Amino acid sequence: MLLRRFRVGTPVVLLALFVALSLTAFGCGTQVQKPKDFYKIGGVLSTSGPAAPLGQPEQRSLMLFEEQINAKGGIDGVKVKFIIEDDESDPAKAAVAINKLIKQENVLAVIGSSSTGATLAMAPVASKEKITQVCCAAGTKITQPVNEWVFRTPPTDSMAITKVLQYLKNTLKVTEIAILHDSNAFGTGGADELQSKAPGYGIQVVAREQYGSTDTDMTAQLTKIKQTPAQALVVWGTNPGPASIAKNMQQLGMTIPYIGSHGIASKKFIELGGPAANGVVFPAGRLLIPSSIPAGSEWRKAVDEFSAAYKKKYGMDIDTYAAHGWDAGLIITDALKRAGNDPIKLRDEIEKTSKLVGIDGIYTYSPTNHDGLNVSDLIMIKIVNGAWTEAKSS
Amino acid sequence: MLDTYDKSRKKMLFGSAALLTLVLVVILAVKGSTGLQWIASGLTVGSIYALVAMGFSVIYSSTRVINFAQGEFSMLGGMLMYTFASSAGLPVPLAFIISVVIVSLLGAGFERLAVRRLRDSSVITVIIVTIGFSIFLRAVAKWIWGSEPVKIAAFSGEKPVRFLGAAVVPQSFWVFGFTALAVLLAFLFFNRTLIGKGMRAVAANPDAASLVGVSTSTSSLIAWTVAAALGAAAGIIIAPIRFAAYNVGTMLGLKGFAAAILGGLGSAPGAVVGGLTLGVLETITAGVFPSGYKDALAFLILILVLLAWPQGLLGRRQDVMT
Repeated sequence: MLLRRFRVGTPVVLLALFVALSLTAFGCGTQVQKPKDFYKIGGVLSTSGPAAPLGQPEQRSLMLFEEQINAKGGIDGVKVKFIIEDDESDPAKAAVAINKLIKQENVLAVIGSSSTGATLAMAPVASKEKITQVCCAAGTKITQPVNEWVFRTPPTDSMAITKVLQYLKNTLKVTEIAILHDSNAFGTGGADELQSKAPGYGIQVVAREQYGSTDTDMTAQLTKIKQTPAQALVVWGTNPGPASIAKNMQQLGMTIPYIGSHGIASKKFIELGGPAANGVVFPAGRLLIPSSIPAGSEWRKAVDEFSAAYKKKYGMDIDTYAAHGWDAGLIITDALKRAGNDPIKLRDEIEKTSKLVGIDGIYTYSPTNHDGLNVSDLIMIKIVNGAWTEAKSS
Repeated sequence: MLDTYDKSRKKMLFGSAALLTLVLVVILAVKGSTGLQWIASGLTVGSIYALVAMGFSVIYSSTRVINFAQGEFSMLGGMLMYTFASSAGLPVPLAFIISVVIVSLLGAGFERLAVRRLRDSSVITVIIVTIGFSIFLRAVAKWIWGSEPVKIAAFSGEKPVRFLGAAVVPQSFWVFGFTALAVLLAFLFFNRTLIGKGMRAVAANPDAASLVGVSTSTSSLIAWTVAAALGAAAGIIIAPIRFAAYNVGTMLGLKGFAAAILGGLGSAPGAVVGGLTLGVLETITAGVFPSGYKDALAFLILILVLLAWPQGLLGRRQDVMT
């Protein structure tokens, strides 16, 4: 009796097994190949060293992202794991870290790094190993010319410059400007681009001066600028230089508009500049002022949810860097749904990303555009009474 | 012999001071209020360089060591001031004194724990240890206060004083006043007190000084303490103008060192003349020439001066602190 039942049962079990297998393999025709354990994604971020204020929020938002996506069951039931290395803000260490992630951890893609220098050091490794790199750095050089394997989440320096020039032309309606920039790569690169693009907006650069990153006093440069017919001053640098300049301008009684770079898009600038920071205008992502994103839109909803979750987990407000990290995680996992456990296919799918709603903006990549965002994802922010407000542009 | 040398030094002091004044007058005449603005800014920065340079000189004349952690003393002064005045809310004079005392103790501790133990090693070894110490202090400061710059409130408001078309922030007057006071105190200490005179004796001839009962060890300890205090004070009074951060010490130390060399290492008046000259040169070059060449031109002039006077403007072969 027992034997008989078993003989009938075996073909049934085998048949069931076969059906199940074929469903898995050919089920819907586009079924993706899944890893055994989890999707491993590498990250190389500057969580210590000078770029730590960028790398730390990026890491925090990736941890939050991992927690949230896995709580929802991962990607089609497979969990996601971020393996994050610290490059100590050192390009050489960033190159070592990406090598390690690819060769020892067999990651599918790598996020990073936080700064342009470290990102550029990683790019040759990514393209050699044929692994996608999604960076959180803004330097124009990263995606120009396009590197097949490198994508970007933040708005670029070029977009910020375009936004500033549009503001100068359309809102302030000025034709002559002065530029005062940090003598480092960020400041000089920005000033070069401003100077070359300004004529296209009918704007003439009548003075161009620079200062060292650790300089104390910029009154000498400002007195020179004061003697030119400049109707506005564009300052391209990161803290604390631009805050010193705001104070020096007040000291000298200069009243022409002060336009900063996205390098001062942190509350630190207001703290350092004090009352002198009032009236300063700079380009930044819309997420800094969520009310600038249409209420009820998917983007607004994403920003509000992310902001609340981040605050709940870390007790901090989000900043632009937290957004870059989150969006990098989002872009890769979104493409993973379609690509599965295949690094080459993953790259192709990231490139096909279209109208993906992130925190920084809405991402659309193409073979010729690895920047994702565009100028309209930015706004101009004006500091009024020590707080950020959207600068009205016409 | 020493007398004639002293006389030529005195001439040099008046000569270089007169030259500096002449340059300032020419700038004023040509550029008017703009020139005055440059000079005011230059003298403010220059005063700080002078204080840092004095720190270099005090240690050098007592121990022959160039202390490359001198700039870090200034950085620590500023950061401690932030903790006590801005975070803890202590009154400015109290926070100032506490910060200076802490940094002085640190200087004294380093002398006892490292410099003293290396007294039989070559001077180069000690100099390299000071470089290590500066890296250590920077790392600790970053660990404690983080990498972002911090703001320290000005001692008496930020409303600029307008004078003949130039605008000077009130903090600049604190800088001038404090520098003058520090120079005066240093002069009195080294010329009117027994300890100070003993230290000069050690600087001139350590063996002879030991023979007559002056302790070279105490001399070195006092030098390090005084240098740390000078550095800390410089870092504190400039902090409201420039912000404080873990990484401001390196450049400040470099500029202070340049000022000390320019004025003549081991000379207090030299440190002041060197500091003020370097500060004014920097500002004027930033104002007159494309500002990118500011540091390059200032240091080019430094090299030219040293080619003409290898001992520095006010230096002497003995390098006795005067």
